Amino acid sequence: MIITRALIKRYGAVTAVRSVDLDVREGDRYGLLGPNGSGKTTLVRMLLGLVYATSGEIEVLGRRMPRHAREVLPQIGALIEEPAAYPHLSGRANLTLLDAAGPRAPGGGFAGKARRTRRHRVDEALEQVGLTGVGRRPVKAYSLGMRQRLGLAAALIRRPRLLILDEPGNGLDPRGIRDLRELLVGLNDAGVTVFLSSHLLAEVEQLCTRVGVLDSGRLVLQDDLAALCAPTGRIVVDTPDADQVAALLDGQVEHRDGQQLLVRYSDAAALNTRLVGAGLRVSSIGPQQRTLEDIVLSVTGAGSDQIS
Amino acid sequence: MITVELAKLLRRPRTWISVVLTCALPFMVAVFITITHLVPPPGQGSAFLSAVLQDGALYPAAALALVLPVFLPVAVAVVAGDSIAGEATGGTLRYLLVRPVGRTRLLVAKLVSVTVYVLLVVLAVTFTAYATGVFLLGPSVAAAVGQAPGVAGGAGGSAPGLAGQAPTAGQAAGGAVTSLSGAPLSLLQLTERTAGAIAFITVSMLGVAAIALFLSTITDSALGSALGALAALVASEVLVTLNAATVVQPYLPTRYWLAWIDFFRQPVFWRDIQRGFGIQAIYVVVFLAAAWANFSTKDITA
Repeated sequence: MIITRALIKRYGAVTAVRSVDLDVREGDRYGLLGPNGSGKTTLVRMLLGLVYATSGEIEVLGRRMPRHAREVLPQIGALIEEPAAYPHLSGRANLTLLDAAGPRAPGGGFAGKARRTRRHRVDEALEQVGLTGVGRRPVKAYSLGMRQRLGLAAALIRRPRLLILDEPGNGLDPRGIRDLRELLVGLNDAGVTVFLSSHLLAEVEQLCTRVGVLDSGRLVLQDDLAALCAPTGRIVVDTPDADQVAALLDGQVEHRDGQQLLVRYSDAAALNTRLVGAGLRVSSIGPQQRTLEDIVLSVTGAGSDQIS
Repeated sequence: MITVELAKLLRRPRTWISVVLTCALPFMVAVFITITHLVPPPGQGSAFLSAVLQDGALYPAAALALVLPVFLPVAVAVVAGDSIAGEATGGTLRYLLVRPVGRTRLLVAKLVSVTVYVLLVVLAVTFTAYATGVFLLGPSVAAAVGQAPGVAGGAGGSAPGLAGQAPTAGQAAGGAVTSLSGAPLSLLQLTERTAGAIAFITVSMLGVAAIALFLSTITDSALGSALGALAALVASEVLVTLNAATVVQPYLPTRYWLAWIDFFRQPVFWRDIQRGFGIQAIYVVVFLAAAWANFSTKDITA
């Protein structure tokens, strides 16, 4: 779906993106993580043909970008940093204008029919993001969250195969974030590939199936979330009888922190049976799983907006 | 895309406010003249103003002369300067481009929209001034004065040949308007010449628009590009009146701005009009080419 090879972007002396090899597969919900200033936005803009790469190749939906922008972009819905709209016009008028600005929709036919299908598409997009009731109010009266929803509606209006969303959760309240997650999962189930960038780990962890981590312009990690967060083969045991447990499992305890022990053991249930059989108390037991936060922090340095 | 740009232009309150304000100045002047019956003596003040008390039908020309030096260029520079930079600042530019709208197509659509705006303002001034002239100042009083009513002094292309035209005294068959040279103009002739003047002024304003549009692709500040274009015009005006700058004067954008007045001579004095059209065409082509070259290769980071 999206492939880049040795993609580099320099702005004068500053290198924003350093040799990135992105690989987003069809059906992915891909989350691009990285601190502010790590090059996420520049990368997204290059994928969309807004910023020209200094060197390297970009392939989106099987075609080279930006050379084939005219064929590729109509199949993409995009949200790039903040949403934008003409403030004196209504949300509905904004969507209508934006839709009319693009190339003619497939099967649009003559003008009257095109207008009807456009109105239908606008209604549908407004409904998808929950703006049906407010579509006629001028955008300047919208809250931040409503503007974000309108931006999403604009991305969805042409029923894209691929969504490229830069920080889609910005400005949304917890309810809005959940709505967004459900919307994106639903679209993904219907066959839409989702590529989003975010600096919010929790957002990506709950939504994505695959992650990439960008740090100072380098893609330092790219893998399936399930593989990254797979059990490590260690069991975390919480017990008030830590000394006895350590004595019993001598040599298998890798780390001890008060009542918590990290044990090299394959099966939590088997370990639990063994401990209880030995008359030891267990408060909690389970396989060790690294969180996305651990993983990201282990591969990134200081955020590039910090002075190092 | 062109229809989208036109819809944006026509649905924007700013468009209509600027049109109304531009039309308000000539109306205000007409009201004062009607009340006081005071007009500048021939040869002084704004062009045609000295003649409007005799010929209300000349008021459109007088009105255009009133708004040309400042009002029109300011309005055009604001709209054209805002065209790309305003979309960039508002963030809508990137969404248009990924729709996708080709960059060249967007630029062409903006140019068409600015042209429509210029025509809209010029025509609005012409028609409101005609109504004002006929209703406030009254239709042609027939008693055309035997002397050439005179043109504005100051900058511009008023040809010295003016005085050389023999004034035709005491003519003015009913309803005829007196040309600047004193000879009568029929209503048809007046209409034709006003149309010519409108075309000339529109093309002059397109020169301003091309400069502002070019600056608009360079900066993301709509204000910066509008003021930049106005600064270019002010610089040109300064040089036009400076004797030491005679060498460059024929190439300055405002050098022939007032040449449309020559449409109202009998016969039409074509030399400056042609040069004016030519110079503006060059400015339009050069600055649009520069705008295109810059915009089509630019990183859109706004």
